[in-house]
Amino acid sequence: MNPDKTDKTDTVLEIAGLSLAVRGTPLLADVTLRVARGETVGLVGESGSGKSLTVRSALGMLPRGARASGSVAVAGEQVLTASPRALREIRRTRASMVFQDPRAALNPVRRIGDYLTEGLRARGVPRRAAEARALDLLERVGIRDPRGALRRFPHEFSGGMLQRVVIAGALATEPALLLADEPTTALDVTTQAEVVALLRGLQREHGTGMVFVTHDLDLAAAICDRVYVMYAGRTVEEAPGAALFGAPGHPYTRALLEASPSVRGERAELRAIAGRPRALAEAPTGCAFRDRCPKAADACAADVPAAIAHGLSLVACLDPEGTGR
Amino acid sequence: MTGPVLRVTSLVKRFGGFTAVDGVGFELPPGHSLGIVGESGSGKTTTARILAGLETPTSGTVELDGRVLDARSRRDRRWQARRLQMIFQDPHGSFDPRLTIAQSIAEPLRLHAPGTDHRARVSELLEQVGLSARLGGALPRDLSGGQRQRAAIARALGITPRVLVLDEAVAALDVSIQAQILGLLADLRRDAGIAYVFVSHDLAVVRHVTETALVMRHGRVVESGPTEEILRAPAHPYTRLLLDSIPGPGWDLERVARDRRALDAADHAAAPVKRAAP
Amino acid sequence: MTLTIPALRARRTRPRKRGRLTVRCALGLLGLAACAALFAPVLAPHSPDATSLSASLAPPGTSGYWLGADSTGRDVLSRLLYGARLSLLAPLGVVLLSGVLGTALGLLAARAGGWADAVVSRSMDVVFAFPSLLLAMLVVAVAGPGLLAPICALAVSYTPFIGRIVRGAALQEGARPYVEAYRVMGFGELTVTLRHLLPNIAPLLAAQSALGFGYALVDLASLSYLGLGVQPPNADWGSMINQARGAILQGSPWSAIVPGVAVLLTVVSVNVLGEHISASVARRQEVKG
Repeated sequence: MNPDKTDKTDTVLEIAGLSLAVRGTPLLADVTLRVARGETVGLVGESGSGKSLTVRSALGMLPRGARASGSVAVAGEQVLTASPRALREIRRTRASMVFQDPRAALNPVRRIGDYLTEGLRARGVPRRAAEARALDLLERVGIRDPRGALRRFPHEFSGGMLQRVVIAGALATEPALLLADEPTTALDVTTQAEVVALLRGLQREHGTGMVFVTHDLDLAAAICDRVYVMYAGRTVEEAPGAALFGAPGHPYTRALLEASPSVRGERAELRAIAGRPRALAEAPTGCAFRDRCPKAADACAADVPAAIAHGLSLVACLDPEGTGR
Repeated sequence: MTGPVLRVTSLVKRFGGFTAVDGVGFELPPGHSLGIVGESGSGKTTTARILAGLETPTSGTVELDGRVLDARSRRDRRWQARRLQMIFQDPHGSFDPRLTIAQSIAEPLRLHAPGTDHRARVSELLEQVGLSARLGGALPRDLSGGQRQRAAIARALGITPRVLVLDEAVAALDVSIQAQILGLLADLRRDAGIAYVFVSHDLAVVRHVTETALVMRHGRVVESGPTEEILRAPAHPYTRLLLDSIPGPGWDLERVARDRRALDAADHAAAPVKRAAP
Repeated sequence: MTLTIPALRARRTRPRKRGRLTVRCALGLLGLAACAALFAPVLAPHSPDATSLSASLAPPGTSGYWLGADSTGRDVLSRLLYGARLSLLAPLGVVLLSGVLGTALGLLAARAGGWADAVVSRSMDVVFAFPSLLLAMLVVAVAGPGLLAPICALAVSYTPFIGRIVRGAALQEGARPYVEAYRVMGFGELTVTLRHLLPNIAPLLAAQSALGFGYALVDLASLSYLGLGVQPPNADWGSMINQARGAILQGSPWSAIVPGVAVLLTVVSVNVLGEHISASVARRQEVKG
């Protein structure tokens, strides 16, 4: 199929200046995101922030009628300008996706075995070999009795087990990039821990680059090497995962942390953010967060703030946290 | 009267051969806030629905204000509605899509306090939950999730209940909105002295709303006590697993795996004991 | 798995222009038919029963007989206008009767559940299995010709159509949390069902009734054509076609074509309208979802 499947690039996903609009409604503006081989990158935001759209653009899954500018490259291959054929090739060999609801992602009337082998069979792998590979995959994602599981239907599995199956399917092609769109949101918290541990283990093993989309800042900070915080269709902060708890740079990140209840440490008063999250189309001019920001000044209305270095982070704010005024 | 406003005794609910709730019991003093924590299948939602009269228990009793409830009697249900209200998880579906928010809030007023001026009361309620009077004229679909949940709370408050059962009431909301609603709930409890039964899968949220909590698993209460104490020193292996599974700074997945093994071991140890019992 | 983007949803819900034009035409045609029925005595140039041998089988366009005359020389236009009365009223009766009956049964089945649901649903299945026209003919055979018997018979055989749809919609709507919210607030089952559930499924009911109207019109016209429906001297469009059989054989089919076209246009208009209503129900559902 593809003779030079070994790519030497270290960057498995590079999104640069991606803007997206549908029939005049802007959805994303100037989104930049980089994922290196073996790296876990978190994409955090509330509803309307555009995090799911961003991650979908990596597979060329844009909303109908969308106009995109900027560039999206998966393992060095351009996605936005790719022909349908090249796009299929990218989806088949370079990048896989895990969705929030495993039940919606699987065809309910097909057996797990069919789901896992059809991709391989389509690539010309003989039936026997494909089945052996599926067995191996199921074993590795921790499904008990993998041989029996191949013959069962999605409804016979619990949500957590089914998500494992989906992950097995996503890894069947040994992709360079794994896109996980809220893969644990629909799961119980103890199951979430299992699935996250599994994802991390498999990713380390294969050196897969992963984008982990979530609305849970704590989860992203805990497992991601780097985290991008999105608000109203833009990236407002890029920070190492560990730095996010200690030194949030953007007022929005800080506000999110202060609004999230925690089970650890002393019980701290929650500080709510006034107003509601905005989509890009309804955001104010200048900094999109300024109508909810406690530190907003007149200067914030003038232009969209450029990202500036702030400690280890990049922060799109005129007056990042902790610098004082 | 200083007795509990709500007393639940050995509640059991079976659906066919499946036991959803198995011997749950607790007392709720007036103005107190109790959390029921559990994962899916723990029976927490079924318990909440029994409290609200949406399910009839297979056995066991629910005693509200000193009166044992009978969900079959129409009179009882109305009496119960005046004292106990429920907030649902899905703020989208909990309103009749045809009615404006003000109309929806006025309806229980008409049922429970006929013949009074509802318009003034509705705007008072809207203000109490932090919604502008202008939003009263809007249809549910024009409101955001947080606004709808505020409206649902206003509707329940109109009846001035003594107990509010909240079933995953903030689970569907964005973090920033969730904090707003939690703040509102805290204010209401302080001002109106309503007791809460707060059902949630989220221990962190429960910590911020409740004083005591029950941890449920497979229909049973595995641990109960003051919320802070449960969090500080979880006694049951399941509670430990639940706590350690919550991501945060210094999240240790190895420890979660250890907890799970401990829980499995405890389950195995418990099994023969259960069999020996009559 | 689709991604819903709230910012785009408002746009999608706007109805398309071309659809609106068709709906307007349909509404206009139906209005015309209703006016014709209502003002027949004023509008009709002749008495519908006045025969005139000199005008027998006059083609359309003959002065005084714009749409021609039938074999006994009765003015087709006048008969068309008067015929609209029974042609529209009778199916309306069928729709109203089956609507009330079907809604009541459907709501009962959905809300009561258990054995009530089983009994109602199975009886509706039995009625479903009976061809409606056959049932109507049977009833006419027993009760004698006339309009009342077929109306009742058709209403009964259309009831399962409405009943099934109402039951399904009520089950779906009843699963929405607001129905439970009202129960928790202390409202009785009947109040919730009639005041909240029913209005929310009413648009669906309207759409289905519009389709039912079309079917009923055709069925009743067929009965009249067979001579089992409207009896002379009364006439509807179906009996007009029946009486034109002789004229067709004589090579002047006009007096059959005109009422035929009237039936066709009315049915198409009603269907367009029904389609439009169900499309807007679907759109509303999308916004809700």
